[in-house]
Amino acid sequence: MADTKAAEMKVKVVKEPSLMTGSVPTRDWWDVEAIFKPGNYCYPAKKSIVEYHGKNLPGLFGEPRDWEVESDDWVLPDNWKEIIINGIKERLDKFRSLKIFMDCCVRCGACADKCHFFLGTGDPKNMPVMRAELFRSVYRNDFTTAGRILGEIAGARPMTFKVLKEWFMYFYQCTECRRCSVFCPYGIDTAEVTMMGRELLHLVGVGTNWILEPAANSNRTGNHLGLQPHTFKENAEFLIDDIEEATGVRLESLNFNRKGAEVLFIIPSADVFADPGIFTFMGYLLIFEQIGLDYTISTYSSEGGNFGLFTNNELMKKLNAKMYAEAKRLGVKWILGGECGHMWRVIHQYMNTMNGPADFLEVPRSPITGTVFENAAATKMVHISEFTADLIHHNKLKIDKSRNDHRTVTFHDSCNTARGMGLLDEPRYILKNVCNNFYEMPENTTRDKTFCCGSGTGLNTGEIMDLRMRAGLPRANAVRYVADRHGVDMLSCVCAIDRATLLALNQYWNPEVEVCGVSELVGNALVMEGEKERETDLRFTPLAGMEG
Amino acid sequence: MRVLKAFIAVVALVLVALLVAQVPGGQSLLGIVLPYLAFAIFLGGFIYKVVDWAKSPVPFRIPTTCGQESSLPFIKQNKLDCPTTKTQVVGRMLLEVLLFRSLFRNTKASIHDGPQLAYGSNKWLWLFGLLFHYSFLVIVLRHMRLFTDPIAGFVAPLEFVDGFLEVGATTIYQSSFILLAAVTFLFLRRVVRPYLRYLSLPADYFPLMLIFAIGATGLLMRHVFRVDIVSVKELTVGLVTFSPAINGQIGAIFFVHVFLVCVLLAYFPFSKLMHLGGVFMSPTRNMANNSRMVRHENPWNDPNIKPHSYEAYEDEFREFMVESGLPVDKQPEPAPAEPEAGQAAPEEESKA
Repeated sequence: MADTKAAEMKVKVVKEPSLMTGSVPTRDWWDVEAIFKPGNYCYPAKKSIVEYHGKNLPGLFGEPRDWEVESDDWVLPDNWKEIIINGIKERLDKFRSLKIFMDCCVRCGACADKCHFFLGTGDPKNMPVMRAELFRSVYRNDFTTAGRILGEIAGARPMTFKVLKEWFMYFYQCTECRRCSVFCPYGIDTAEVTMMGRELLHLVGVGTNWILEPAANSNRTGNHLGLQPHTFKENAEFLIDDIEEATGVRLESLNFNRKGAEVLFIIPSADVFADPGIFTFMGYLLIFEQIGLDYTISTYSSEGGNFGLFTNNELMKKLNAKMYAEAKRLGVKWILGGECGHMWRVIHQYMNTMNGPADFLEVPRSPITGTVFENAAATKMVHISEFTADLIHHNKLKIDKSRNDHRTVTFHDSCNTARGMGLLDEPRYILKNVCNNFYEMPENTTRDKTFCCGSGTGLNTGEIMDLRMRAGLPRANAVRYVADRHGVDMLSCVCAIDRATLLALNQYWNPEVEVCGVSELVGNALVMEGEKERETDLRFTPLAGMEG
Repeated sequence: MRVLKAFIAVVALVLVALLVAQVPGGQSLLGIVLPYLAFAIFLGGFIYKVVDWAKSPVPFRIPTTCGQESSLPFIKQNKLDCPTTKTQVVGRMLLEVLLFRSLFRNTKASIHDGPQLAYGSNKWLWLFGLLFHYSFLVIVLRHMRLFTDPIAGFVAPLEFVDGFLEVGATTIYQSSFILLAAVTFLFLRRVVRPYLRYLSLPADYFPLMLIFAIGATGLLMRHVFRVDIVSVKELTVGLVTFSPAINGQIGAIFFVHVFLVCVLLAYFPFSKLMHLGGVFMSPTRNMANNSRMVRHENPWNDPNIKPHSYEAYEDEFREFMVESGLPVDKQPEPAPAEPEAGQAAPEEESKA
């Protein structure tokens, strides 16, 4: 749990002097040093983990070593500055986005109070424009005429250890949520800047364990949790018992690594392992059982999520490549993807470019409704919300909405599906069809303007709880709003990181509100053949009218 | 301090121009040589920068989607904020470039007891930004009176609309005053709002002050220190026809004005003012959200990056897989397979 009690934090975020609360910083930003202390940084990656990645992708993860963030000696290679500057050069040549975003910012400040990290901490360097300036100042110094000649007057400064520390602090206080990019008149996307910053940090061996270890697990065992094939299978099968207990129906369709299935179904691995993701998983299975979908789940490609996205594009590609490789090996026709935010950023905007073309697959077609998913014609992967919304629209699901009457529901758009895909109304369409009590959060906090859970991009680690609770405040506050006005007690979402992080966030800020996946609510409402009289939902909470 | 640096720079430029205008040959330098040089730097620098941007590929299709995607027929796509076709992208870009649509979304956040966060409407930056850019454009177009002979057809109607508030003998063009007011607003918000003062650089104040000085000298020339407009036109038309000559006494204020414009032109390609070109090339705005419909090519995609293979995976876990009833491609052999790398057990908490 967080170091600071919620009651105390409620006062701190309003009263503590910060740029958010009206106090004015007295020193120029480049004179303020990043100071690491317990609770404000993620632990560095273990030596063995860096070694593992360095073996698979040589040169991208720096020298494996033990080092301490609070120390003034990060045991960096002697030529670390050269590595960084060459790294910037290489990325400027590879990414037009980086060049444009370095050159075009006019510092109008429209992004400043759009960042959840800024709103929650009031730290001026969490204004997206400032975060980018940490990078831009070095870029100007080494890559622009004005910076070379005018130096500090042009806002240029050389790469130093002080700057490196700032990078590590503030590129890990950004969840690449892209909210700032919505408001920027040039569409400057801090996510791109943070990604580049993190790639560069990894080059000199500065990375966090919470990201690199799951990434290593995912490479080796197929999923972030490091579940080996038999454990993954057992975990999933265990949930069949729970479904039977709640519904009286024994599902027969769950299967793994089956060649010749029509559809490969890939989920974020937390859905077979952690509460409340497991209830979302039960929802998926109930849908498939009811419609008789010919699907299989892979243990080799048992992770939808991709922590490579938070590391560098090479690792992202390597981890993602399993999806098509497995689809090809199993000979499926197309791929269906579960509820996960950053997984869908990768699938929607990167997968086919990195690991396509997927010409061995067919354009996805729902075997139940006949709908051809033209929007996935090339990538050949469909989002479960798209798939389910289509089923509902064609009346292919037997639904009893009243089975969610014991819940008052709102919906959290996850950053990646909202701003990196545009999946907004599909989940809402589903929700409105499976529950009677649904309320939207205020308009500046949803859809393309949604607020991050505060712990995305591999920041959902226990050692920075205070920071996470602050960064999640804008989201939590919007939930508070609908909880007070409408009695909302269930925050639904389509993201596995959310299901883990919003749980902690709500326990802190809104203890009466629980968290679920959209498919869980579908699962609750499905009328299954041969079911018993339903007294509880999938998490064994009594249904409305069944409380006594 | 950062304001002061920019202010000193602009004052120094004005003084330099005043001084040079007095020395022999100085007027030719300010009126003929520098304009050519500055225009060449502007054009060359602008093109160089745009070409340099264009040389870097766009490896991934990364539009920021600000509305509903195109997916199912019964779900309405937001064609302008989440475009899938070229036409829709053009629509999005037009709104962005002509109307500053993203800036129009601006809100102002505040935190109150509770805690309670509030997001209020905040359109001032959008309004004054728009006023600034459009009045600047109108002024540039009005100046075409000086560079075309006969005067370009669009100038007279433009002047008519711009000068409909006729006061006294000289027509007052409201664009001049709107420009100065807008620049003043943009400057003041940087100085007054603490977060903007914190993040503003000399490079943010300098162009604002420079443009203010250009506007002010222009107005002074028109309404206070009258210059010989016939000689000015001879010079400006001469510049365009590559036969420039300075005849008669034009007035020092004119050379200050011209010099500041030259500085702005020459400064342009090396500064943030290049957002004029960049706004058209920003990948988060000028790309269609069709990455699942059509494959986007990355020229440097590395085919050597391969996944940890299924074979290696099965080799490592075959025994367990067979034991738990998972299908395998290869039946187990007596000799156990070599594990790939030592892995620590996962941490206790879930990672999504």
